[in-house]
Amino acid sequence: MDRTQARKPRHIVEPTEAQRQRVKEMPARAVEYLRQGGDSFLATRADALVNWSRKYSMFLYPFVTACCGMEFMSVAGPRYDLDRFGCALPRFSPRQADLLMVVGTITHRNAPILKKVYDQMAEPKWVMAFGACTCSGGPYNNYATVQGIDTIVPVDIYIPGCPPRPEAVMEGLMKLQARIQAEKVPADGRHKESVDSAYPVIEKPIA
Amino acid sequence: MEDFGSSALRKLIDEFSDAVQLTHADHGDATALVDPARIEDVMRFLRDEADFDMLMDVTAVDYLGQTPRFEMVYHLYATGPNQRLRIKARVAEETPEIASVVPLYASADWMEREVFDLYGIRFDGHPDLRRILLYEEFEGYPLRKDYPKERRQPLVGPRN
Repeated sequence: MDRTQARKPRHIVEPTEAQRQRVKEMPARAVEYLRQGGDSFLATRADALVNWSRKYSMFLYPFVTACCGMEFMSVAGPRYDLDRFGCALPRFSPRQADLLMVVGTITHRNAPILKKVYDQMAEPKWVMAFGACTCSGGPYNNYATVQGIDTIVPVDIYIPGCPPRPEAVMEGLMKLQARIQAEKVPADGRHKESVDSAYPVIEKPIA
Repeated sequence: MEDFGSSALRKLIDEFSDAVQLTHADHGDATALVDPARIEDVMRFLRDEADFDMLMDVTAVDYLGQTPRFEMVYHLYATGPNQRLRIKARVAEETPEIASVVPLYASADWMEREVFDLYGIRFDGHPDLRRILLYEEFEGYPLRKDYPKERRQPLVGPRN
């Protein structure tokens, strides 16, 4: 068989000359349509549309370990109502979640579980550090406590407070939404990897 | 009239004159320091003869620099008369061992494991003596006063 003469796949149909002409005229026709007061037509960039839908339909994974959980319940409940921001549906499978909300102190014993949950989430994904303990270890600095979850997973938004007020959480969520709106689609090859075992070990002299 | 704690201590002294080393009962705070070798007998006596049917807490204190170094603390509670008693026993640094009271009080199981986890005191006769709060990879006993304050043993992430 002569492979130099590759057959054209049958399902590709060449457009006719009239159709090509129509496509060429489309932008002008759209402008003319809008000028005439048309309202069932919207032109936008793919980035803007995809990011808009992502930021208002976040499924969150509540990784709740400590007292901040009470404040999380408050902000997720009907009084403050995260649903107004399209961020209400907790998914208890990381496969279905977009936003990892780390709420409460993370201990060294718990850290591998947090990392595993993060690694199981599908891209695109974001991480919120909820409360002082997740930001920096908070009041705890001892043998048991992770000094900020950004030593384990990359964090997109930090919400300080012990615990943070619901207003602070909503402010943080809106900041995260603004950040999502500014992202590139598709992501330009950036993958948010968690800290792997090859993380450089920095030894401090033991007192 | 003598209060319940004092009378319980008196019964204890009468029964174990050789094992009870020190007692006090100020403001209803009845406490006895006993010989660690006799802890099982003392606890059995208090449970069976003195109404202390509940073990509320088992913990330890590290008196670094003293001998013996460690002190075991048992908090007993008598549910009928609503009274409490504290039993203490000093444990040496070289052989941090004491008899388990799990055969007497089932509630001691996890509390003794916690003491073992954080202080490294071993309990003879405990059915399942292994770490309970920390992870198996952890080295040392962090609530001992000579555990370095800055020492971190993370499973993932940076060391310090």
